[in-house]
Amino acid sequence: MSHPVLIVGASMGGLRTAEALRRFGYVGPITVIGDEPYAPYNRPPLSKEVLAETVSHEAVAFEQRESTADVNWVLGTRVESADLEHNIVTDANGDVHPYSALVIATGLRPRRLNVANGELRGRHAVRTLDDAIALRADLKPGARVVIVGAGFIGCEVAATARTLGCDVTVVAPGISPMQRSLGTELAAEMQRRHEAKGVVFRLKTAVTDLVGESAVEGVVLDDGTTVPCDVLVEAIGSHENTEWLEGNDLNLSAGVLVNNDLRAMRQNGVPWNNVFVVGDVARFPNPAYDDDARQIEHWNIPTETAKRVAQVFTEQAQGEFRPIPSFWTDQYDNHLLAYGVLALADDVKLIDGDITGDCVFGYYRSGKMVGVCGIGMRSVVQSYRANFV
Amino acid sequence: MIKIDVDMAKCQHYGQCVFEAPSVFELNNDDKLEYTATADDSERANVEAAIDVCPMQAIRIVE
Ligand SMILES: Cc1cc2nc3c(=O)[nH]c(=O)nc-3n(C[C@H](O)[C@H](O)[C@H](O)COP(=O)(O)OP(=O)(O)OC[C@H]3O[C@@H](n4cnc5c(N)ncnc54)[C@H](O)[C@@H]3O)c2cc1C
Ligand code: SF4
Repeated sequence: MSHPVLIVGASMGGLRTAEALRRFGYVGPITVIGDEPYAPYNRPPLSKEVLAETVSHEAVAFEQRESTADVNWVLGTRVESADLEHNIVTDANGDVHPYSALVIATGLRPRRLNVANGELRGRHAVRTLDDAIALRADLKPGARVVIVGAGFIGCEVAATARTLGCDVTVVAPGISPMQRSLGTELAAEMQRRHEAKGVVFRLKTAVTDLVGESAVEGVVLDDGTTVPCDVLVEAIGSHENTEWLEGNDLNLSAGVLVNNDLRAMRQNGVPWNNVFVVGDVARFPNPAYDDDARQIEHWNIPTETAKRVAQVFTEQAQGEFRPIPSFWTDQYDNHLLAYGVLALADDVKLIDGDITGDCVFGYYRSGKMVGVCGIGMRSVVQSYRANFV
Repeated sequence: MIKIDVDMAKCQHYGQCVFEAPSVFELNNDDKLEYTATADDSERANVEAAIDVCPMQAIRIVE
C-alpha cells in the first residue's frame, strides 16, 4: 500500500485539508496527527460566546463529514521531528510515520510574558479548549481581571469578562486597542465603547513583573504602578509551532515560507514537491496585494489554503491563489466584519454611517483600497468585497 | 432535494454564506439572513461551501 498523505496538526487547517482532498477526488489513505486530545474544533467562540456560557468540546466541535470517515486520526500525539529528505516524521512515542505527501498545519501558540516572578497560579492564555475551560472557571463576578494585550483576542476576552461581571483592566503598549488593524479612528471608537461598559485601559504601558506568592495578586507596570489582579490573561501575540521542522531545508523565519501553490520553499527558493503548508502557520504570497509573503491569521485562511493544496495535489489548480482575507469580531453588541488586509493601509477613511453608531471604514494604500471594515452595515461592507477579488 | 437548517440563535447575519450559495442565502433590506429551507441536489456543493465559511457554524444540511 502507498504511504498516506500525512497532515500534522488536527485543527481547522488539518480537517479542511482532509475534506478538500476527498472533495477533489483523492481516494488514498490520509492520516492526521495532532497533539490536542480533541477532534478538530472551532477556536473563535473560545474568547466569545462560549467563554460566556459553558465551555465544552461539544459546543465547539466541527461537524464530522462522511467524506472523511476513513481518515486515520492520531490524536493526543505530538510530532517531534521531520526528515523531509526521507519522507518521514517521528512522534513523541518514537513512532515513525512515512508519508507520500506532508501537510504542515501546526498553527500557532500564545506568546507568554517573560517576568522574574512568573511561577504563579492565575495566569492564562486563550488558544485551546483547555485554556478556555481553565479561564472560564476563574471568571467569577467581581474577579479582578487584567488582560495584557489589546489585539482582537484581548479585546474579546475583555468584553466577555466584563459581561460576566468581572472588573477588567486592559494593559497594552499601543495607543488604542486593535489600532494596528483597525486604524486610529475606529480603534479609538472601540476603546470608547469598551470604556462605556466599564473596562479600564492602561495604554502605552508594558508589564515588568508580577506580584504574588503562589497566585497572581498584582501586575507591575513600567510606570512603577501595580494593578491588583486575580486573573491574568496574556494575549500578547503568538509563536509559530515549527520547532519540529528544524534541521530541514526550509525558511522558518516567520511561519513556513511557501510559494503560491502552498509548497514549502527550500532556502534556495526551490519548492519541495510533496510538502505543503496550510492555515495560520503558512507564509504565502498573495498576488492580489503584492509579492510579499505574509501569514494571515484569520479564520477563513485554513479553508482557503486547504482547498488550494487539494487542487494542487490533485493537479486541478487553475490560475493564481488570491484568497480574500476576511475576519470578524464580536465585542458586546458590536459585530465587526472586514475584508482585505487592513494593516497595509496608509490612509483610513469613514465611508458610510456614523462613527458613534453603525459605520464603515475604507482602508487605502497609495490611493488603492486594500481593506474595508464595518460595525454592522453588512450589505455596505459586502458591496466592497469585489474590490479584493 | 436537500433540506437546509440555519440555527438563527447562532447566526449573526455575517452573510458570508451568500457568496457561496447565492441562490439559497441572501441578506434582506434589514441586513438579516433569509434562506430557502430546501434546495435542489445540484446546490449541495455550494451549501457545503457555505457551511465551511459560516463564522458561527450555524448552517447544517439535514437529510
Ligand atoms: C481565541 C481565538 C479567537 C479567534 N477568533 C477569531 C475571529 O473572531 N475571527 C477570525 O477570523 N479568526 C479568529 N481566530 C483565528 C482562527 O481561529 C485561526 O486562524 C485558526 O484556528 C487557524 O487554524 P490552524 O488549523 O491553521 O491552526 P491551529 O488552530 O492553531 O491548529 C494547529 C494544531 O496543531 C497542533 N500542533 C501544533 N504543533 C504540533 C505538533 N508538533 N504535533 C502535533 N500537533 C501539533 C496544535 O495543538 C493545534 O491543535 C481566533 C483564534 C483564537 C485562538
Ligand atoms: S454565514 Fe452564518 S452567520 Fe453569516 S449569515 Fe450565513 S448563516 Fe448567518
